[in-house]
Amino acid sequence: MNRYQKIQLSERKYYIIGFIVLVVLLYIIRLFYLQIITDEYKVYAQINAFEFLTEYPPRGYIYDRNGKLLVMNEPSYDLMVVPKEAKGCDTMALCDILQITKEEFIKRMTKLSLPPNSPRKQGIFEKQLSVKTYAALQEKMYRLKGFYVQVRSIRKYPKPIAAHALGYVGEVSKEKAEKDPYYKEGDYIGISGIEYSYEKYLRGKKGTRIIIKDVHNREVGRFMDGKYDTLAIPGKPLYSSIDAELQEYGEYLMQNKKGSIVAIEPSTGEILCLVSSPTYDPNMLVGGKERNKNFARLYADTINVPLFNRATQAMYPPGSTFKLIDALIGQKDGVLFPNTRYPCARGYPPMGGKPKCHPHPSPPDLEMSIQYSCNSYYSYVFKSIVENYKLWGNFENAYQHWREAVMSFGIGKKLNYDIPFEKPGNVPTIQYYNKVFGKNRWFASTVISLGIGQAELTAVPIQLANVMCIIANRGFYYTPHIIKGIGHEKYLDSTFKVKHYTYVTEREYYERVVNAMEKVVEAGTATLAKIKDIKICGKTGTAQNPHGKDHALFFAFAPKDDPKIAISVIVENSGYGGVWAAPIASLMIEKYLKRKITRPDLEKRMVEANLIKANIDYIKSGMPDKKKNITYKKRKRKQ
Amino acid sequence: MRTSEESPFANIDWITVGIYVVLVIMGWLNIYAAVYDEQHQSIFDISQKYGKQMIWILTAFILAFIILVIEADFYTVFAYAFYIFFLVLNLAVPFLGKEIKGSKSWFRIGDVGIQPAEFMKFATNLALAKFLSNQNLSVISTKRYKTLSDYIEMYKNTIVTFIIIGVPMIIILVLQNETGLALTFTAFIITLYREGLSVNYIILGFMAVLLFILSLLIPQYYFYIAFGIFFALWFYFGKHSFKIFFTKLAYVAAASVFVFSSNYLYSKLQPHQRGRIDVLLGRGEINLKKEGYNVHQSKIAIGSGGLFGKGYLKGTQTKYNFVPEQDTDFIFCTVGEEWGFVGSTLVLVLFAFLIIRIILLAERQRSEFSRIYGYGVASILFFHLVINIGMTIGVLPVIGIPLPFFSYGGSSLWEFTILLFIFLKLDAHRLYILR
Ligand SMILES: [Zn+2]
Repeated sequence: MNRYQKIQLSERKYYIIGFIVLVVLLYIIRLFYLQIITDEYKVYAQINAFEFLTEYPPRGYIYDRNGKLLVMNEPSYDLMVVPKEAKGCDTMALCDILQITKEEFIKRMTKLSLPPNSPRKQGIFEKQLSVKTYAALQEKMYRLKGFYVQVRSIRKYPKPIAAHALGYVGEVSKEKAEKDPYYKEGDYIGISGIEYSYEKYLRGKKGTRIIIKDVHNREVGRFMDGKYDTLAIPGKPLYSSIDAELQEYGEYLMQNKKGSIVAIEPSTGEILCLVSSPTYDPNMLVGGKERNKNFARLYADTINVPLFNRATQAMYPPGSTFKLIDALIGQKDGVLFPNTRYPCARGYPPMGGKPKCHPHPSPPDLEMSIQYSCNSYYSYVFKSIVENYKLWGNFENAYQHWREAVMSFGIGKKLNYDIPFEKPGNVPTIQYYNKVFGKNRWFASTVISLGIGQAELTAVPIQLANVMCIIANRGFYYTPHIIKGIGHEKYLDSTFKVKHYTYVTEREYYERVVNAMEKVVEAGTATLAKIKDIKICGKTGTAQNPHGKDHALFFAFAPKDDPKIAISVIVENSGYGGVWAAPIASLMIEKYLKRKITRPDLEKRMVEANLIKANIDYIKSGMPDKKKNITYKKRKRKQ
Repeated sequence: MRTSEESPFANIDWITVGIYVVLVIMGWLNIYAAVYDEQHQSIFDISQKYGKQMIWILTAFILAFIILVIEADFYTVFAYAFYIFFLVLNLAVPFLGKEIKGSKSWFRIGDVGIQPAEFMKFATNLALAKFLSNQNLSVISTKRYKTLSDYIEMYKNTIVTFIIIGVPMIIILVLQNETGLALTFTAFIITLYREGLSVNYIILGFMAVLLFILSLLIPQYYFYIAFGIFFALWFYFGKHSFKIFFTKLAYVAAASVFVFSSNYLYSKLQPHQRGRIDVLLGRGEINLKKEGYNVHQSKIAIGSGGLFGKGYLKGTQTKYNFVPEQDTDFIFCTVGEEWGFVGSTLVLVLFAFLIIRIILLAERQRSEFSRIYGYGVASILFFHLVINIGMTIGVLPVIGIPLPFFSYGGSSLWEFTILLFIFLKLDAHRLYILR
């Protein structure tokens, strides 16, 4: 090798050094990408090493208006397992305690090991163990590797009342958990009643404890000594306007009957009781296995439909009660005066005695028409309102006016109170009748039974109690609400402090109606409701029921001059309103105002009546005069 | 001219020694971090790996001292002896040693394991330097070669060189089942390049690797079509002679056979090796819990480090054992996670500085033996750096070789210490060599 070649070869060192520098530079660029540019691996690192453990806050308690506890919490024990750690645990002992087969054990473990679960993650093996099972498990726990018990709190109801109003708590649905980031599958959430509408206050705020775990999923410490942990914030207590004693009494009176009692304090809109019968013990819908069994049973009961909240969801034709609204609108519109008299011939004369009426002195004036609940009279009143061409030009305008005036009384629309799933009821629209009869082919006479609260007109019991509040207040109402204070500071949403004025606000128009309502109880259709020393103003009603005996309605407020309670009582399939509904309302008013019952005989009769059974017998016997009613309705529509 | 009465530490390149000490200490700190837990904090706790490594480090320093004390001529004279000694040791290991995780490369003396394959590197480097000094890789001559023996004569040195490197490589690969260690011997290609190996070999090597990778990613018939078109164009635009035609045909045929056999070879690999290649190339379904786990976890640890890292002993990924082999082959994860981009770049730069310094030192040698040996040291260090860090940052397949000075393990630390300090001794002795 010559010198020249040697020099040439030694130049190769530059290529070698260049190559080394190049590779190192490329690696630095790669590191720059991994460590600075992309966040992907930082995210993975979090998932790897931390586990965010949820701390469940206790759910808020609910108290009644007098501070009595309605809803509280009780610990419940879930058996959890980390499948991977459960290798070699005493399977037989566990199966024995839980009373499950080995196959069931394997099935559950397999399920908890497969996605979305993971063998390294904890899963619920058995929910809400009974105290007995829990105690038995505690003894064997040391032999159950990988298993542990997680304590959560479930609801407890000291008194088995107000199930519909309070609602219940259950596991969050899959859809909800996917939509709302607050919830994870398996979390509890309010499903109905107050539990539903006040969920965000009651639930509090979940806390997180961040723990550090090693590759074997073992806890090795707390992240930054708990610096980033968040404490669970307990749910707020709620102060309900419910009077537990009244509620309990209402449920007591309504046993073996279908129907509802809603009582509201007119001066505030606070709901005093919300009875829906048949009801159930709210304690049935807590607890694991038992809860599911009970729910299925309640759900399957199609005769009593105990889960159905009649007070807010059952829509009835308001019947004669509606005459009060007619009377108010008529006076305001200037078509009805205290001395206005219309003839009654056991029915409405212009249409051959239909709608029918019952025997009473005729022709009645305004006061008498309410006292005797004359159907003919209010057919005339209705006609005079919707044919008031002087004021409205044509029938459609007049009808629209009537509809809006009615709706200002809180019927046929949502009131937006704080109990979920409210039904609006119905005041039929012009469009609806145009569709049924054709445009300009229906008149006052076509829809005349609207005037007496029948036909397509429907309202729910709480709306009718609200109408009583309006009359008691002489022209306005507060949106009914069942919660009067949230949290220790007893915060009340401002929407519940707004006076809603109706179409009719003149006191004199109300006084006439109120005086007549007093007569209804004194010497009219509801004398059974009379109580010494309490001036009750009321109105009976009957809601037609094509499926059985008619529903009895009674609405009242008391005392007359300083109303403390407005009430609507509906007893299904009991026939005439004065017989069943009025006495129950009267007992409720007495209970609330006097806290004692002076008529034990009446109370006894009400409590002992089994109208559910009676109605079943009645339907079996062939429902004598019901069919006629249905054909009548059908014929009317064809006009 | 100085006399040999001078101190054995005269003329030592202290800068290199300094970098060496810094890297070893950094390595130990990272092993401590990787193994660290609150219960064991004493640095001399020899039940813990960092305690053991501390002992290895102290013994390595003693070893370095001894190497520097011994006369430089010793290594030149006994180069072949070292080679033969360790070759025999490596041959014996599979039969006398203990099998650990399918690898038969360990001698166990009590609690201590020794891997002779590690020491084969410096021994081979010595032998290679001895053989190549004052020889040419290929004898350049104007004589036209006719017979086979002429060709053998011409390539004799090349063949012997490849035997010196190849024999230990095959022993370690086949008998000891240590793929990673065996592959490190390919690092000598850099030395050979410096000493005159034709660039064509290197290009050929690159082409082979490229073809191998492509053949796993692209269906085979594409290659045959591409080769066909290439051959047609090449022939059409080139000289039209019969001989050249056949030469070109032979090239293309060889490439085709290579593509075909690389697929065959791949299918004959062990499943975990196939998995590692698949992970790198993103082939098929990668199970992050199995074959993809190491690299994925390693990238997570490094990637989560950010600019400045999570701080010493604060890495969550390495501390809680998410990264397998984090104290040995994947030690760089700890650096990446706890020291961040700044720290890992610093480590890379330190290594690059050390390697380039060794090359520059090698270039100033008067003796070819020292130069070639120096290049060998640089080559081996560079190879380990590239493969090891390349694997942790997910650009190379997982090949189990340690990061010099960092990874836990006595054999590798001793090996790199011996490798480096023999060179430092040779370098210190350079002035005594007469030109
Ligand atoms: Zn009448």
